[in-house]
Parts: sequence; C-alpha cells; structure tokens
Amino acid sequence: MVFLFYFLSAIMVISALLVVFSKSPINNVIYLIICFIAMAGHYILLNAQFLAVVHIIVYTGAIMVLFLFVVMLLNLNKAIIPQKSAAARVLAVVTGGIFFLVLLAATRQTFVINPRYAFTSEIGLVANVGKTLFHEFLLPFEISSVLFISAMVGAVMFGKRDHAAGED
Amino acid sequence: MDWTLYIYKTIFLFIILLVTLVVAMYSTYGERKVAAFMQDRRGPNRAGPFGLLQPLADGVKMFMKEEIIPLSANRVLFILGPAIAMTTALLTGVVIPWGGTLTIGGREFSMQIADLNIGILYVFAMVSIGVYGIMIGGWASNNKYALYGSIRAASQMISYELAMGMAIVALVVTTGSLSLHEIVQQQHGMHWNVFYQPLGFLLFLTCAFAETNRAPFDLPECETELVGGYHTEYSSMKLGFYLFAEYINMFISSAVIATVYFGGYNMPFIDQLGLSPNALTLLGTAFFFMKIFFFIFLFMWVRWTLPRFRYDQLMNLGWKGLIPLAMFNIVATGVYYYFFELT
Amino acid sequence: MQQLTNRSKVVSDKKMTFLEKIYLPAIVKGMAITLKHFFKKKSTISYPEQTRPFSEIYRGQHVLKRDDLGRERCTACGLCAVACPAEAITMISAERKPGEENLYREEKYAATYEINMLRCIFCGDCEEACPKEAIFLTDRIVASEYKREPFVYGKDRLVEPLDPTKRIDISKRQTESVLKFKENKRFAHNK
Repeated sequence: MVFLFYFLSAIMVISALLVVFSKSPINNVIYLIICFIAMAGHYILLNAQFLAVVHIIVYTGAIMVLFLFVVMLLNLNKAIIPQKSAAARVLAVVTGGIFFLVLLAATRQTFVINPRYAFTSEIGLVANVGKTLFHEFLLPFEISSVLFISAMVGAVMFGKRDHAAGED
Repeated sequence: MDWTLYIYKTIFLFIILLVTLVVAMYSTYGERKVAAFMQDRRGPNRAGPFGLLQPLADGVKMFMKEEIIPLSANRVLFILGPAIAMTTALLTGVVIPWGGTLTIGGREFSMQIADLNIGILYVFAMVSIGVYGIMIGGWASNNKYALYGSIRAASQMISYELAMGMAIVALVVTTGSLSLHEIVQQQHGMHWNVFYQPLGFLLFLTCAFAETNRAPFDLPECETELVGGYHTEYSSMKLGFYLFAEYINMFISSAVIATVYFGGYNMPFIDQLGLSPNALTLLGTAFFFMKIFFFIFLFMWVRWTLPRFRYDQLMNLGWKGLIPLAMFNIVATGVYYYFFELT
Repeated sequence: MQQLTNRSKVVSDKKMTFLEKIYLPAIVKGMAITLKHFFKKKSTISYPEQTRPFSEIYRGQHVLKRDDLGRERCTACGLCAVACPAEAITMISAERKPGEENLYREEKYAATYEINMLRCIFCGDCEEACPKEAIFLTDRIVASEYKREPFVYGKDRLVEPLDPTKRIDISKRQTESVLKFKENKRFAHNK
C-alpha cells in the first residue's frame, strides 16, 4: 500500500509539473488527465471507490474531454502562444509568491487537521457518502445544484440570443 | 494471504481476457455472416468449414499489412490512441459477474473478478475514458477527416453518456445497489429488471448503440462523409486495434445489458431443476452467454437494418428525446417507490 | 404529365403523428423485414463450384471456325472490322500459295487476325457481318490477365483446334432467324 501511495504520488507530481512546463497545449491536457487518473488511484487507496469513479467520470471523462476538444479545435501550437515581456514575468512570479505566502499563512493556523469525523475505511463508500450528502449537507448540495441550473440556463441563453436577434 | 484465491483470480482473469478476445474475434465473423444473410448472401465461407477460420485470416492479414505512420502525425499520441481504445475496452470485463459461485474442494470461488460496490459506475468510468482513444488518435493523425471523426465521437459520447447515466439512476432506484453482483442476485428467477424498467431499458439500449459507435450512430467513422472517420490514417494492426476495440465494446455492452436488465446468469425455473450447485452455476453462465450473444446479434441486426442518423438528428435525439425521457423515467420511478413500495 | 410508373408517390411534408415520431413501430417493421431476409433462400451461388447456366445466345469469347475439312473459313474480307463499333478487330490478309489448299478454304486468307478483348463490347456485329460464317461468339469467358497485352487475342487463340473432337460448338448461335437471314441470295455461295 505504501509503495502504491508513493508510486501514485510520484506520477501525480511529475505529471502535474509537466502540465505546467510542457509547451504543447495538447500535451498539457493529456498530462492533466494522467494526473487526474492518479488522483482517482489515491481515492481508491483511501477506500473511497465512489469518489474515485465519480472523479473519473466527471473530471477525466467529461470535463477533460471538453478541454481536449477546445484545444484540438483551437489548434494551438508553440508558435502561436504569445511571449510575455520580462517585466510581466517578474510581476507574475512576485504575485504568485505573495499568493503562496498568504495561502501558507492561512493554512498555518489550521495545520493540525481536526477531522470532523474519525477516518474509517467505510467513509468513502457510496452509502455513507449518500447519507452525508443528503442529510447533513442537503442545503449546500441543493444550492449548488441550483447554481448549476442557472449556469446551464445562462449558457442556453447565450446560445439563443443571436438566433432570436436574427429573426426580429 | 490467501494464495489459492490469488491464483484463481489470475487464472480467471486470463480466461475472461481470452474469452473476450475470442468472442470479439468471432463477432467480426458473425457480423459479416449476419450482414450477408440479411442481404440474401452467404458471407465468408472459404477459410475453413463455413468460413470459421476467417477471423484468423483477417488477423494475419492485419498483421502483414504495411504499417504507416504519417510524417506530420504526432508519433507518440498516434500510437497511444489505439492502445487506449483497446485497454479501456478490455478493462470493463473485470466487474461483470460471469456466473454464480463454484465450489471446488470445499472452497467457494466467485465467477466475478472484482465485486466493486460501485460496479456499474466503474463501467461508465471506463467507457468515458474510452473516448480518449478515439479523440487522441483522431487528432494525432493530423487529418481533417480524422479530426472531424474524433470530434463527433467525443460530442456524441458525452451526450449519450448523460442519458445512459440517467437510465441507470432510475434502475438504481429500483435495485438500491450499484454493485453488479447484487443487481444480478436480486433478479433471481424471472424478476428481471427489464420488466420493472422497460423505458429505462430502451434508453439504455439506444445509448449503448451510441456509446459503442455502432450503426445507426456510427457517425464518427461514417465513411460516406468522413472517409474513414477517426481511423482514416491508421493502417495495419493499429487499425485492427480500433476495429477490435469496437467489437470488444459491443461484447461488453451486451454483457452489461444482459447483467443489468436481463438477469445476468439467472434463468427461469432454476430452482425447479434440482441440479447440483456447480452444474447450476455453469448452466447459468451458459445462459448468460446466450443472452450476450442475442444482444450481439441485436447490435448487428440493427446495424444492417437502420440507416445512419444525420448529425443534427443525433444531437436532437440525444438531448431533446432521450434525456427528457430519462428524467421522466427517474421521476416516475421515484414517485412509484415513494408512494407504493417504501411505505 | 403522364406518369412513367405507377410507383411514384405524392410528396407531402405533413407533421408526423406521435407514433411516427417515436420511430419505434417503423424500426420494428424494418427489423422484421431484415429478419425475414435472414431466413430467405440465398440469391448468390458459390461461384467456382457452382455456375449459373449460360443463356442460349450468350456472347463471349470469339472463335474463328474451320470448315468440315479443317480449313479456315475466314477470307480476310474485313467486313467484321468495318462492322465492329469498338474497332477491336484488325487483320492482315495474304494470298493462298499453291499447296495450302488444305489450310485455307478461300484464295485469300487472314495472315494475322487480332481482336482486342479490352475494346470488344461483345455486340456480335462481327458475327452478323461475316459472309463466310467464319467468326462466332461463344459461351466461353475471356480470361482475366494482369497486363493489357495478353488481351489482344491473335489467331493462335481465336482459330478453333484442328482436332474434330475439340471443335467449338456454335450450333446454338445458328438459330432459325440467323439461318434464314443467311439464306439470303448474297450468301448463297456458302451452301
């Protein structure tokens, strides 16, 4: 198990780094997919099978497909990506560094993780996830679903607007 | 550690792999025969008796053909594409319960490799990863027809995965479990889910056709418009892998349909036969395979009957037809269970 | 306008009814049709083992006939070449030398006689044009080749064998109407 953990972690870290450093957009997306699959592996190690599979279905199987879709259609390659000036790069590093510091400061307080529930191997199974989701977190769950619906309606409206204008 | 179990699982894994490959191989033969028979022809009958060696001949032909990787293609991804398609197709067979339990020497061996408690979601996960094989292969070919094919494949699969998932949600409401093993056991005798979820079954079947890229939803490789679709640039065994993956997917889809809606290895009057448990298990497996073969035949039957959808019709059917129906099915099932069963 | 067939239908873009919209009855109907064909008698045959019967008047590979004494009937008049719509026939004539009377029936004969089988459309006009009843189309099939050259058939492959047992039978081609046509005065010398 420990070996598997380190193995998956290594894959995750390496592929995550490659997402950032790789030049070709298509490769970025593919490394991100590998990273996500390794993450699903971590979930399985925690016996959270439901989470792992949903992670694969939603993130790897749907969202990343759309990413890949867009990247393929845009046909980006190295030549098209604009080169930023040196000043912009320095600024980006500084902002990123400050953000990292803030994050560190924020998490330092809560560094001793005080889990709400004691970890058991059963916690990630589908029945438990369902019960937690639909009892304790029912309100956030429903609110987030409303958010999704509004996003969907918004997307449909964007798609429709041109069409309606053309008919007038 | 229990070594006998490990050894058993390994052997069983290899058997499943072998059976999957052989069935896929003979599906190609079956497809050609079915096509021929439906068109009043005879089909392959030269290689061996009744042409039974035709798949071998085809395989040898595929291996012997020249391997071409286009100069402008992305080499790594070009090879990765068929590899992903094949791998994900083969991975799905792991969770399907191929039979009950065998008792050998006082020990019980389940005829299922992994009884995941989210088995059916696992199938979905593998199907959704399978899209990458087509997408990456199509893009890496650096050919506009291949790209069109892969884009069609991706959008088609995402669209129909939704309706498929919703059909399964309604089913899960009736079964109360995501584990394929339990779903099968609940359908003991003739309590097949298809009688409780007829609409869900139709939706699932339609989506299964779309997910496996079979006619009438074979737009990704629609030869009249896109030359060869996503595998336009592929040759030799890489092309073979794509075609083979399609047949494996068909086999696995048939197995999933038979498992989820048609009682898996259950057969009617199984309790009245009075056979030993081992014999019953083997009989059940045989019956299961009969169901699978029927669905494979159904896949072919539909392919050689129905014409291909146009792309906008495909999207219309998926988003405006199947998804609302699936939603209605979920609500209807939920209402029924809330008022009549759970009280 | 007068209709050519009685199968034409009036096109209408009426709204589909609900049953038509869900397609299922139509799908079931279609699948029933294909299933019916599944059990039908096959309309193909296993070709090399089985062959279909030729038509009585099948027009295949040509033959240059000999007469009863084994002499070539062709006199290289060139009427067949003139009649040929595809211009597939060429020939070079030569004069019969003394002592060759057992080889050629007429005083003039074809030294070379070539039919390009790729050009030939097997219409049978050469046969009809021939005043000597020398050329006939038979029910033999022109063999396939890998190159173009072998399709130009010379006399070696056109003239029928001398051996009386190996003569090519063309009696089917000589139907009553043909015989009657050939009885015309112009062809009386053939008798």
